[in-house]
Amino acid sequence: MITKPETKFDLEAIRNEFPILNQKVNGQDLVYFDNAATSQKPKKVIQAIQDYYQNINANIHRGVHKLSQLATDAYEASRKTLQEHLNARFAHEIIFTTGASQGVNLVARAWGGKFLKSGDIILVSGMEHHSNIVPWQIIAQEKGAEVLPIPILESGELDLEAFHELLKKNPVLVAVNHVSNALGTINPVKEIIKLSHEKGALVLVDGAQSLPHMKIDVQDLNADFYVVSGHKAYGPTGSGALYGKEDLLKEMNPYMGGGEMISEVKFSGSTWADLPHKFEAGTPHIEGGIVLGKAIDWMNEIGLEEISRHENELLIYAQSKLNELEGFRPIGQAKNKASVLSFLMEGVHPYDLGMILDQLGIAVRTGHHCAQPVMDSYKIPGTIRASFAVYNTKAEIDRFVQGVQQACEMLR
Amino acid sequence: MESIQEIQEEIVDDFALFEDWMGKYNHLIDLGKDLPEIDDAYKTDDHLIKGCQSRVWLHADMKGEKIHFSADSDAIITKGIISLLIRPLNHRSPDEILNADMGFVDEIGLKEHLSPTRANGLVSMIKQMKTYALAFKAKSL
Repeated sequence: MITKPETKFDLEAIRNEFPILNQKVNGQDLVYFDNAATSQKPKKVIQAIQDYYQNINANIHRGVHKLSQLATDAYEASRKTLQEHLNARFAHEIIFTTGASQGVNLVARAWGGKFLKSGDIILVSGMEHHSNIVPWQIIAQEKGAEVLPIPILESGELDLEAFHELLKKNPVLVAVNHVSNALGTINPVKEIIKLSHEKGALVLVDGAQSLPHMKIDVQDLNADFYVVSGHKAYGPTGSGALYGKEDLLKEMNPYMGGGEMISEVKFSGSTWADLPHKFEAGTPHIEGGIVLGKAIDWMNEIGLEEISRHENELLIYAQSKLNELEGFRPIGQAKNKASVLSFLMEGVHPYDLGMILDQLGIAVRTGHHCAQPVMDSYKIPGTIRASFAVYNTKAEIDRFVQGVQQACEMLR
Repeated sequence: MESIQEIQEEIVDDFALFEDWMGKYNHLIDLGKDLPEIDDAYKTDDHLIKGCQSRVWLHADMKGEKIHFSADSDAIITKGIISLLIRPLNHRSPDEILNADMGFVDEIGLKEHLSPTRANGLVSMIKQMKTYALAFKAKSL
Protein backbone atom coordinates (compact mmCIF):
# COMPACT_ATOMS: atom_id res chain seq x y z
CA MET A 1 0.00 0.00 0.00
CA ILE A 2 1.35 3.40 -0.91
CA THR A 3 0.74 6.01 1.75
CA LYS A 4 1.16 9.71 1.34
CA PRO A 5 4.45 10.77 2.95
CA GLU A 6 3.99 12.69 6.17
CA THR A 7 4.66 16.35 5.47
CA LYS A 8 5.86 18.46 8.32
CA PHE A 9 4.80 22.06 8.54
CA ASP A 10 8.12 23.89 8.27
CA LEU A 11 7.51 27.57 8.90
CA GLU A 12 11.08 28.61 8.28
CA ALA A 13 11.15 26.86 4.92
CA ILE A 14 7.85 28.53 4.02
CA ARG A 15 9.19 31.97 4.96
CA ASN A 16 12.23 31.37 2.80
CA GLU A 17 9.87 31.04 -0.14
CA PHE A 18 8.99 34.75 0.22
CA PRO A 19 11.95 36.97 -0.66
CA ILE A 20 9.96 40.16 -0.02
CA LEU A 21 9.65 39.37 3.69
CA ASN A 22 13.40 39.55 4.07
CA GLN A 23 13.71 43.33 4.05
CA LYS A 24 13.78 46.34 6.30
CA VAL A 25 11.05 48.95 6.31
CA ASN A 26 11.87 52.20 8.04
CA GLY A 27 14.98 50.51 9.39
CA GLN A 28 13.08 47.60 10.93
CA ASP A 29 12.37 44.05 9.82
CA LEU A 30 9.16 44.05 7.83
CA VAL A 31 6.13 42.53 9.50
CA TYR A 32 3.47 42.08 6.85
CA PHE A 33 -0.02 41.80 8.35
CA ASP A 34 -2.02 43.17 5.43
CA ASN A 35 -2.68 39.82 3.84
CA ALA A 36 -6.42 40.31 3.47
CA ALA A 37 -5.60 43.17 1.08
CA THR A 38 -3.12 41.09 -0.87
CA SER A 39 -0.78 38.26 0.01
CA GLN A 40 2.90 38.11 -0.81
CA LYS A 41 4.08 35.72 -3.52
CA PRO A 42 6.25 32.62 -3.13
CA LYS A 43 9.28 32.08 -5.35
CA LYS A 44 7.44 29.36 -7.22
CA VAL A 45 4.86 31.94 -8.35
CA ILE A 46 7.41 34.62 -9.15
CA GLN A 47 9.46 32.10 -11.09
CA ALA A 48 6.42 30.87 -13.00
CA ILE A 49 5.70 34.42 -14.19
CA GLN A 50 9.23 34.69 -15.50
CA ASP A 51 9.11 31.22 -17.06
CA TYR A 52 6.00 32.08 -18.95
CA TYR A 53 7.51 35.16 -20.61
CA GLN A 54 10.86 33.54 -21.07
CA ASN A 55 9.66 30.32 -22.64
CA ILE A 56 6.10 30.11 -23.90
CA ASN A 57 4.63 33.59 -24.32
CA ALA A 58 2.13 33.60 -27.20
CA ASN A 59 -1.52 34.39 -27.69
CA ILE A 60 -3.78 31.52 -26.77
CA HIS A 61 -6.53 29.67 -28.60
CA ARG A 62 -5.62 31.14 -31.95
CA GLY A 63 -2.23 30.14 -33.29
CA VAL A 64 -1.30 26.87 -34.95
CA HIS A 65 2.30 27.44 -33.98
CA LYS A 66 4.10 25.66 -31.19
CA LEU A 67 4.30 28.50 -28.66
CA SER A 68 0.61 29.25 -28.98
CA GLN A 69 -0.12 25.61 -28.30
CA LEU A 70 2.14 25.54 -25.26
CA ALA A 71 0.59 28.72 -23.84
CA THR A 72 -2.94 27.44 -24.55
CA ASP A 73 -2.16 24.10 -22.91
CA ALA A 74 -0.76 25.80 -19.82
CA TYR A 75 -3.79 28.12 -19.60
CA GLU A 76 -6.24 25.25 -19.93
CA ALA A 77 -4.23 23.14 -17.48
CA SER A 78 -4.64 25.94 -14.95
CA ARG A 79 -8.39 25.95 -15.58
CA LYS A 80 -8.35 22.24 -14.82
CA THR A 81 -6.41 22.92 -11.60
CA LEU A 82 -9.07 25.42 -10.55
CA GLN A 83 -11.84 23.02 -11.47
CA GLU A 84 -10.31 20.31 -9.31
CA HIS A 85 -9.48 22.68 -6.49
CA LEU A 86 -13.02 24.07 -6.31
CA ASN A 87 -14.50 20.67 -7.19
CA ALA A 88 -16.53 21.99 -10.12
CA ARG A 89 -18.18 19.36 -12.32
CA PHE A 90 -16.63 20.68 -15.54
CA ALA A 91 -13.59 22.73 -16.47
CA HIS A 92 -15.79 24.92 -18.66
CA GLU A 93 -17.65 26.04 -15.54
CA ILE A 94 -14.49 27.97 -14.63
CA ILE A 95 -14.26 31.40 -16.27
CA PHE A 96 -10.99 33.27 -15.87
CA THR A 97 -11.45 36.81 -14.57
CA THR A 98 -9.26 39.63 -13.32
CA GLY A 99 -10.39 38.95 -9.76
CA ALA A 100 -13.42 38.60 -7.53
CA SER A 101 -14.73 42.06 -8.47
CA GLN A 102 -14.88 41.18 -12.15
CA GLY A 103 -16.55 37.89 -11.29
CA VAL A 104 -19.37 39.67 -9.45
CA ASN A 105 -19.67 42.30 -12.16
CA LEU A 106 -19.82 39.61 -14.83
CA VAL A 107 -22.71 37.83 -13.13
CA ALA A 108 -24.53 41.08 -12.30
CA ARG A 109 -24.24 42.19 -15.91
CA ALA A 110 -24.64 38.90 -17.80
CA TRP A 111 -27.18 37.19 -15.56
CA GLY A 112 -28.85 40.32 -14.15
CA GLY A 113 -28.89 41.99 -17.53
CA LYS A 114 -30.88 39.13 -19.00
CA PHE A 115 -33.08 37.91 -16.17
CA LEU A 116 -33.56 40.71 -13.66
CA LYS A 117 -36.98 42.37 -13.82
CA SER A 118 -38.53 45.45 -12.32
CA GLY A 119 -39.57 44.83 -8.71
CA ASP A 120 -37.17 41.89 -8.24
CA ILE A 121 -35.28 41.70 -4.96
CA ILE A 122 -31.60 40.92 -4.47
CA LEU A 123 -30.37 40.22 -0.94
CA VAL A 124 -26.83 41.28 -0.16
CA SER A 125 -25.26 40.54 3.20
CA GLY A 126 -24.46 43.53 5.37
CA MET A 127 -20.83 42.46 5.69
CA GLU A 128 -19.96 42.61 2.00
CA HIS A 129 -17.14 44.67 0.63
CA HIS A 130 -18.11 47.21 -2.00
CA SER A 131 -17.34 44.81 -4.87
CA ASN A 132 -20.26 42.62 -3.87
CA ILE A 133 -22.65 45.54 -3.29
CA VAL A 134 -22.13 48.12 -5.99
CA PRO A 135 -22.42 45.83 -9.08
CA TRP A 136 -25.85 44.77 -7.78
CA GLN A 137 -26.86 48.36 -7.17
CA ILE A 138 -25.88 49.34 -10.70
CA ILE A 139 -27.85 46.57 -12.40
CA ALA A 140 -30.78 46.93 -9.98
CA GLN A 141 -31.03 50.61 -10.79
CA GLU A 142 -31.13 49.86 -14.50
CA LYS A 143 -33.77 47.18 -14.10
CA GLY A 144 -35.88 48.78 -11.39
CA ALA A 145 -34.95 46.00 -8.98
CA GLU A 146 -34.16 46.44 -5.30
CA VAL A 147 -31.06 45.55 -3.25
CA LEU A 148 -31.79 44.77 0.40
CA PRO A 149 -29.15 44.16 3.09
CA ILE A 150 -29.12 41.13 5.39
CA PRO A 151 -28.33 42.69 8.78
CA ILE A 152 -25.41 41.60 10.92
CA LEU A 153 -25.31 40.98 14.65
CA GLU A 154 -22.98 42.62 17.17
CA SER A 155 -20.95 39.39 17.17
CA GLY A 156 -20.11 39.96 13.51
CA GLU A 157 -22.31 37.10 12.34
CA LEU A 158 -25.18 37.34 9.90
CA ASP A 159 -28.59 37.74 11.48
CA LEU A 160 -30.07 34.46 10.23
CA GLU A 161 -33.47 35.18 11.75
CA ALA A 162 -33.67 38.39 9.78
CA PHE A 163 -32.49 36.46 6.72
CA HIS A 164 -35.41 34.01 7.14
CA GLU A 165 -37.79 36.96 7.17
CA LEU A 166 -36.17 38.53 4.11
CA LEU A 167 -36.47 35.26 2.21
CA LYS A 168 -40.25 35.59 2.53
CA LYS A 169 -39.98 38.47 0.08
CA ASN A 170 -38.93 35.91 -2.55
CA PRO A 171 -35.59 37.36 -3.64
CA VAL A 172 -34.23 36.22 -7.00
CA LEU A 173 -30.62 36.22 -5.88
CA VAL A 174 -28.62 36.26 -2.65
CA ALA A 175 -25.02 37.57 -2.64
CA VAL A 176 -22.87 36.73 0.35
CA ASN A 177 -19.19 36.35 1.11
CA HIS A 178 -17.72 33.12 2.39
CA VAL A 179 -15.32 35.03 4.64
CA SER A 180 -15.71 38.70 5.58
CA ASN A 181 -12.68 40.83 4.73
CA ALA A 182 -13.49 43.37 7.44
CA LEU A 183 -14.39 41.01 10.30
CA GLY A 184 -13.00 37.61 9.38
CA THR A 185 -16.39 35.94 9.93
CA ILE A 186 -16.81 32.63 8.12
CA ASN A 187 -20.42 32.61 6.97
CA PRO A 188 -22.55 29.46 6.97
CA VAL A 189 -22.86 29.59 3.19
CA LYS A 190 -24.02 26.01 2.78
CA GLU A 191 -27.03 26.70 4.99
CA ILE A 192 -27.66 30.06 3.33
CA ILE A 193 -27.60 28.41 -0.10
CA LYS A 194 -29.98 25.65 1.00
CA LEU A 195 -32.48 28.13 2.46
CA SER A 196 -32.21 30.39 -0.59
CA HIS A 197 -32.74 27.54 -3.01
CA GLU A 198 -35.86 26.48 -1.12
CA LYS A 199 -37.24 29.90 -1.98
CA GLY A 200 -36.06 29.70 -5.57
CA ALA A 201 -33.25 32.25 -5.21
CA LEU A 202 -29.82 31.79 -6.79
CA VAL A 203 -26.76 32.39 -4.64
CA LEU A 204 -23.47 34.03 -5.52
CA VAL A 205 -20.69 33.44 -3.02
CA ASP A 206 -17.78 35.84 -2.89
CA GLY A 207 -14.75 33.73 -2.12
CA ALA A 208 -12.13 36.47 -2.36
CA GLN A 209 -11.11 35.86 1.26
CA SER A 210 -11.82 32.14 1.50
CA LEU A 211 -9.56 30.83 -1.28
CA PRO A 212 -6.30 31.32 0.68
CA HIS A 213 -7.64 29.88 3.92
CA MET A 214 -9.89 26.88 3.37
CA LYS A 215 -10.94 24.02 1.16
CA ILE A 216 -13.79 25.06 -1.12
CA ASP A 217 -16.20 22.56 -2.66
CA VAL A 218 -18.73 24.32 -4.88
CA GLN A 219 -20.74 21.13 -5.43
CA ASP A 220 -20.99 20.35 -1.75
CA LEU A 221 -22.02 23.95 -1.07
CA ASN A 222 -24.33 23.80 -4.09
CA ALA A 223 -23.31 27.38 -4.96
CA ASP A 224 -24.70 28.77 -8.20
CA PHE A 225 -21.83 31.19 -8.62
CA TYR A 226 -18.57 31.38 -6.71
CA VAL A 227 -15.95 34.06 -7.38
CA VAL A 228 -12.31 34.00 -6.32
CA SER A 229 -9.34 36.32 -6.52
CA GLY A 230 -5.81 35.13 -7.26
CA HIS A 231 -3.77 37.84 -5.61
CA LYS A 232 -5.10 37.20 -2.12
CA ALA A 233 -4.13 33.53 -2.48
CA TYR A 234 -0.41 33.86 -3.28
CA GLY A 235 -1.13 34.37 -7.00
CA PRO A 236 -0.63 37.34 -9.32
CA THR A 237 -2.75 40.48 -9.23
CA GLY A 238 -5.30 40.65 -12.01
CA SER A 239 -5.99 36.92 -11.84
CA GLY A 240 -9.13 35.24 -10.63
CA ALA A 241 -11.99 33.00 -11.57
CA LEU A 242 -15.75 32.73 -11.65
CA TYR A 243 -17.34 29.36 -11.11
CA GLY A 244 -20.89 29.10 -12.44
CA LYS A 245 -23.19 26.11 -12.85
CA GLU A 246 -23.12 25.02 -16.47
CA ASP A 247 -26.83 25.51 -17.16
CA LEU A 248 -26.79 29.02 -15.70
CA LEU A 249 -23.70 30.07 -17.63
CA LYS A 250 -25.19 28.67 -20.83
CA GLU A 251 -28.34 30.73 -20.45
CA MET A 252 -26.44 33.96 -19.88
CA ASN A 253 -25.45 36.31 -22.67
CA PRO A 254 -21.82 37.41 -23.09
CA TYR A 255 -20.60 40.18 -20.86
CA MET A 256 -17.96 41.59 -23.18
CA GLY A 257 -17.46 41.16 -26.91
CA GLY A 258 -14.26 40.52 -28.82
CA GLY A 259 -11.49 38.03 -29.42
CA GLU A 260 -12.26 34.35 -29.10
CA MET A 261 -15.72 34.69 -27.55
CA ILE A 262 -17.48 34.26 -30.89
CA SER A 263 -18.57 31.36 -33.00
CA GLU A 264 -19.28 33.45 -36.07
CA VAL A 265 -19.25 37.20 -36.66
CA LYS A 266 -21.48 38.70 -39.34
CA PHE A 267 -22.93 42.17 -39.60
CA SER A 268 -26.31 40.51 -39.79
CA GLY A 269 -25.65 39.10 -36.33
CA SER A 270 -22.96 37.13 -34.51
CA THR A 271 -23.13 33.91 -32.55
CA TRP A 272 -21.23 33.06 -29.41
CA ALA A 273 -18.56 30.53 -28.64
CA ASP A 274 -19.25 27.73 -26.18
CA LEU A 275 -18.31 27.88 -22.52
CA PRO A 276 -15.97 29.01 -21.13
CA HIS A 277 -14.78 31.18 -24.03
CA LYS A 278 -18.10 33.00 -24.34
CA PHE A 279 -17.14 34.98 -21.23
CA GLU A 280 -13.45 35.47 -22.01
CA ALA A 281 -13.41 38.25 -24.59
CA GLY A 282 -10.14 39.66 -25.86
CA THR A 283 -6.65 38.48 -25.03
CA PRO A 284 -6.86 37.47 -21.38
CA HIS A 285 -4.29 37.91 -18.60
CA ILE A 286 -2.62 34.73 -19.86
CA GLU A 287 0.30 34.64 -17.48
CA GLY A 288 -2.00 35.53 -14.57
CA GLY A 289 -4.34 32.67 -15.39
CA ILE A 290 -1.50 30.18 -15.74
CA VAL A 291 0.27 31.27 -12.58
CA LEU A 292 -2.94 31.27 -10.53
CA GLY A 293 -2.90 27.51 -11.05
CA LYS A 294 0.69 27.40 -9.78
CA ALA A 295 -0.29 29.36 -6.67
CA ILE A 296 -3.05 26.86 -5.97
CA ASP A 297 -0.60 23.99 -6.45
CA TRP A 298 1.71 25.73 -3.98
CA MET A 299 -1.04 26.01 -1.36
CA ASN A 300 -1.97 22.37 -1.86
CA GLU A 301 1.63 21.28 -1.43
CA ILE A 302 1.54 22.75 2.07
CA GLY A 303 -2.05 21.65 2.56
CA LEU A 304 -4.98 23.92 3.27
CA GLU A 305 -5.65 22.21 6.57
CA GLU A 306 -2.12 22.98 7.70
CA ILE A 307 -2.43 26.56 6.46
CA SER A 308 -5.67 27.17 8.28
CA ARG A 309 -4.44 25.43 11.44
CA HIS A 310 -1.36 27.68 11.55
CA GLU A 311 -3.33 30.85 10.80
CA ASN A 312 -5.89 29.98 13.43
CA GLU A 313 -3.14 29.58 16.01
CA LEU A 314 -1.83 33.02 15.07
CA LEU A 315 -5.29 34.54 15.37
CA ILE A 316 -5.89 33.09 18.82
CA TYR A 317 -2.42 34.08 19.97
CA ALA A 318 -2.76 37.66 18.68
CA GLN A 319 -6.18 38.08 20.22
CA SER A 320 -5.04 36.82 23.62
CA LYS A 321 -1.96 39.09 23.58
CA LEU A 322 -3.94 42.16 22.54
CA ASN A 323 -6.51 41.35 25.20
CA GLU A 324 -3.87 42.13 27.81
CA LEU A 325 -3.66 45.72 26.54
CA GLU A 326 -5.82 48.40 28.05
CA GLY A 327 -8.70 49.57 25.89
CA PHE A 328 -8.54 46.73 23.35
CA ARG A 329 -11.86 46.32 21.57
CA PRO A 330 -12.15 43.54 19.00
CA ILE A 331 -14.65 44.21 16.22
CA GLY A 332 -16.34 41.04 15.04
CA GLN A 333 -16.13 38.01 17.30
CA ALA A 334 -17.89 35.36 15.32
CA LYS A 335 -17.48 31.79 16.53
CA ASN A 336 -16.16 30.81 13.12
CA LYS A 337 -13.39 33.12 11.97
CA ALA A 338 -10.60 33.20 9.43
CA SER A 339 -7.33 34.94 10.17
CA VAL A 340 -8.56 38.53 10.29
CA LEU A 341 -8.32 40.55 13.48
CA SER A 342 -10.19 43.84 13.31
CA PHE A 343 -10.02 46.02 16.39
CA LEU A 344 -9.94 49.45 17.99
CA MET A 345 -7.85 50.80 20.85
CA GLU A 346 -9.80 53.12 23.11
CA GLY A 347 -8.85 56.76 22.74
CA VAL A 348 -6.70 56.15 19.68
CA HIS A 349 -7.66 56.79 16.08
CA PRO A 350 -6.95 53.76 13.84
CA TYR A 351 -5.19 55.99 11.34
CA ASP A 352 -2.73 57.34 13.95
CA LEU A 353 -2.03 53.83 15.16
CA GLY A 354 -1.43 52.64 11.59
CA MET A 355 1.04 55.47 11.00
CA ILE A 356 3.09 54.64 14.08
CA LEU A 357 3.05 50.92 13.27
CA ASP A 358 4.31 51.75 9.79
CA GLN A 359 7.25 53.54 11.37
CA LEU A 360 7.95 50.34 13.25
CA GLY A 361 8.00 48.37 9.99
CA ILE A 362 4.61 46.78 10.61
CA ALA A 363 2.09 46.82 7.77
CA VAL A 364 -1.58 46.73 8.77
CA ARG A 365 -4.68 48.15 7.18
CA THR A 366 -6.58 51.00 8.77
CA GLY A 367 -9.90 52.43 7.71
CA HIS A 368 -13.18 51.01 6.48
CA HIS A 369 -11.61 48.18 4.39
CA CYS A 370 -13.88 49.01 1.46
CA ALA A 371 -16.79 47.78 3.54
CA GLN A 372 -18.42 50.99 4.76
CA PRO A 373 -21.80 49.39 5.59
CA VAL A 374 -20.04 47.07 8.06
CA MET A 375 -18.46 50.04 9.82
CA ASP A 376 -21.80 51.88 9.80
CA SER A 377 -23.47 48.94 11.51
CA TYR A 378 -20.94 49.21 14.34
CA LYS A 379 -21.19 53.05 14.21
CA ILE A 380 -17.41 53.37 13.84
CA PRO A 381 -15.44 55.07 11.05
CA GLY A 382 -13.02 52.20 10.66
CA THR A 383 -10.79 49.72 12.42
CA ILE A 384 -7.22 48.53 12.52
CA ARG A 385 -7.01 45.22 10.74
CA ALA A 386 -4.22 42.69 11.11
CA SER A 387 -4.65 39.74 8.78
CA PHE A 388 -2.37 36.73 8.80
CA ALA A 389 -1.00 34.41 6.16
CA VAL A 390 0.79 31.10 6.27
CA TYR A 391 4.23 32.75 6.50
CA ASN A 392 3.50 34.86 9.59
CA THR A 393 4.94 33.98 12.99
CA LYS A 394 4.19 34.41 16.67
CA ALA A 395 7.39 36.44 17.01
CA GLU A 396 5.92 38.91 14.51
CA ILE A 397 2.76 39.08 16.57
CA ASP A 398 4.85 39.85 19.66
CA ARG A 399 6.44 42.77 17.81
CA PHE A 400 3.07 43.91 16.58
CA VAL A 401 1.49 43.86 20.05
CA GLN A 402 4.50 45.70 21.45
CA GLY A 403 4.10 48.23 18.63
CA VAL A 404 0.43 48.73 19.43
CA GLN A 405 1.32 49.32 23.06
CA GLN A 406 4.07 51.78 22.19
CA ALA A 407 1.80 53.65 19.78
CA CYS A 408 -0.97 53.88 22.36
CA GLU A 409 1.45 55.34 24.90
CA MET A 410 2.50 57.97 22.36
CA LEU A 411 -1.00 58.79 21.21
CA ARG A 412 -3.07 58.77 24.37
CA MET B 1 4.91 89.98 12.91
CA GLU B 2 7.22 87.36 11.50
CA SER B 3 6.94 86.57 7.82
CA ILE B 4 5.51 83.31 6.51
CA GLN B 5 8.99 82.23 5.57
CA GLU B 6 10.42 82.99 9.00
CA ILE B 7 7.79 80.89 10.70
CA GLN B 8 8.38 78.08 8.26
CA GLU B 9 12.10 78.17 9.01
CA GLU B 10 11.33 78.03 12.72
CA ILE B 11 9.20 74.95 12.21
CA VAL B 12 11.92 73.28 10.15
CA ASP B 13 14.51 74.12 12.86
CA ASP B 14 12.23 72.71 15.57
CA PHE B 15 11.96 69.42 13.75
CA ALA B 16 15.69 69.32 13.10
CA LEU B 17 16.17 68.98 16.87
CA PHE B 18 14.73 65.50 16.70
CA GLU B 19 16.99 62.91 15.22
CA ASP B 20 14.65 59.99 14.95
CA TRP B 21 11.16 59.60 13.61
CA MET B 22 9.77 58.99 17.07
CA GLY B 23 10.86 62.39 18.28
CA LYS B 24 9.35 63.98 15.21
CA TYR B 25 6.09 62.13 15.64
CA ASN B 26 5.92 62.94 19.34
CA HIS B 27 6.43 66.60 18.44
CA LEU B 28 3.70 66.35 15.82
CA ILE B 29 1.37 64.73 18.35
CA ASP B 30 2.09 67.56 20.81
CA LEU B 31 1.34 70.14 18.15
CA GLY B 32 -1.89 68.29 17.39
CA LYS B 33 -2.89 68.38 21.04
CA ASP B 34 -2.12 72.11 21.24
CA LEU B 35 -4.16 73.05 18.17
CA PRO B 36 -6.90 75.44 19.34
CA GLU B 37 -10.30 73.83 19.23
CA ILE B 38 -12.58 74.57 16.34
CA ASP B 39 -16.10 75.78 17.06
CA ASP B 40 -18.33 72.69 16.97
CA ALA B 41 -20.67 74.55 14.63
CA TYR B 42 -17.99 74.20 11.93
CA LYS B 43 -17.49 70.48 12.35
CA THR B 44 -19.93 69.76 9.59
CA ASP B 45 -19.67 67.77 6.39
CA ASP B 46 -19.26 70.88 4.27
CA HIS B 47 -16.12 71.75 6.25
CA LEU B 48 -14.58 68.32 5.64
CA ILE B 49 -11.52 68.17 3.42
CA LYS B 50 -11.77 65.51 0.73
CA GLY B 51 -8.74 63.33 0.13
CA CYS B 52 -7.83 62.70 3.76
CA GLN B 53 -7.97 59.23 5.31
CA SER B 54 -9.09 60.64 8.61
CA ARG B 55 -11.73 63.32 8.94
CA VAL B 56 -10.36 66.88 8.80
CA TRP B 57 -12.52 69.94 9.27
CA LEU B 58 -11.20 73.34 8.20
CA HIS B 59 -12.91 76.67 8.70
CA ALA B 60 -11.77 80.16 7.73
CA ASP B 61 -13.03 83.59 8.86
CA MET B 62 -12.12 86.99 7.54
CA LYS B 63 -11.18 89.34 10.40
CA GLY B 64 -10.49 92.76 8.94
CA GLU B 65 -8.03 92.19 6.14
CA LYS B 66 -6.75 88.92 7.51
CA ILE B 67 -7.89 85.34 7.36
CA HIS B 68 -8.21 83.30 10.52
CA PHE B 69 -8.12 79.49 10.22
CA SER B 70 -9.38 76.88 12.63
CA ALA B 71 -9.29 73.14 12.14
CA ASP B 72 -9.76 69.79 13.77
CA SER B 73 -9.33 66.13 12.99
CA ASP B 74 -10.34 62.93 14.69
CA ALA B 75 -6.76 61.68 14.21
CA ILE B 76 -4.11 63.36 16.33
CA ILE B 77 -1.18 63.09 13.90
CA THR B 78 -3.33 64.62 11.19
CA LYS B 79 -4.16 67.41 13.62
CA GLY B 80 -0.45 67.96 14.11
CA ILE B 81 0.12 68.18 10.38
CA ILE B 82 -2.65 70.72 9.89
CA SER B 83 -1.32 72.77 12.76
CA LEU B 84 2.01 72.98 10.87
CA LEU B 85 0.16 74.49 7.94
CA ILE B 86 -1.99 76.86 9.95
CA ARG B 87 0.89 78.36 11.94
CA PRO B 88 2.54 80.21 9.03
CA LEU B 89 -0.69 81.03 7.20
CA ASN B 90 -2.86 82.23 10.06
CA HIS B 91 -3.75 85.95 10.21
CA ARG B 92 -2.49 86.67 6.70
CA SER B 93 -4.08 88.45 3.80
CA PRO B 94 -5.60 86.39 0.99
CA ASP B 95 -2.73 87.41 -1.32
CA GLU B 96 -0.08 86.35 1.15
CA ILE B 97 -1.73 82.94 1.51
CA LEU B 98 -2.17 82.51 -2.21
CA ASN B 99 1.47 83.34 -2.87
CA ALA B 100 2.88 81.26 -0.02
CA ASP B 101 5.30 78.50 -0.97
CA MET B 102 4.47 75.56 1.27
CA GLY B 103 7.45 73.48 0.19
CA PHE B 104 8.87 73.71 3.72
CA VAL B 105 6.94 70.58 4.66
CA ASP B 106 9.41 68.60 2.54
CA GLU B 107 12.29 69.95 4.59
CA ILE B 108 10.88 68.70 7.88
CA GLY B 109 11.83 65.22 6.82
CA LEU B 110 8.30 64.00 7.34
CA LYS B 111 7.45 63.44 3.75
CA GLU B 112 9.58 60.32 3.56
CA HIS B 113 7.34 58.96 6.29
CA LEU B 114 4.16 59.98 4.53
CA SER B 115 2.70 57.39 2.18
CA PRO B 116 1.12 58.69 -1.04
CA THR B 117 -2.37 58.62 0.45
CA ARG B 118 -1.21 60.69 3.40
CA ALA B 119 0.82 63.00 1.19
CA ASN B 120 -2.32 63.51 -0.91
CA GLY B 121 -4.16 64.52 2.23
CA LEU B 122 -1.46 67.09 2.90
CA VAL B 123 -1.84 68.50 -0.61
CA SER B 124 -5.61 68.62 -0.11
CA MET B 125 -5.20 70.61 3.11
CA ILE B 126 -2.97 73.19 1.46
CA LYS B 127 -5.29 73.41 -1.50
CA GLN B 128 -8.29 73.96 0.76
CA MET B 129 -6.54 76.79 2.64
CA LYS B 130 -5.68 78.47 -0.65
CA THR B 131 -9.23 77.96 -1.89
CA TYR B 132 -10.53 79.86 1.15
CA ALA B 133 -8.04 82.65 0.43
CA LEU B 134 -9.17 82.83 -3.16
CA ALA B 135 -12.83 82.98 -2.13
CA PHE B 136 -12.20 85.81 0.33
CA LYS B 137 -10.16 87.67 -2.24
CA ALA B 138 -12.94 87.36 -4.82
CA LYS B 139 -15.45 88.61 -2.24
CA SER B 140 -13.38 91.68 -1.40
CA LEU B 141 -12.83 92.72 -5.02
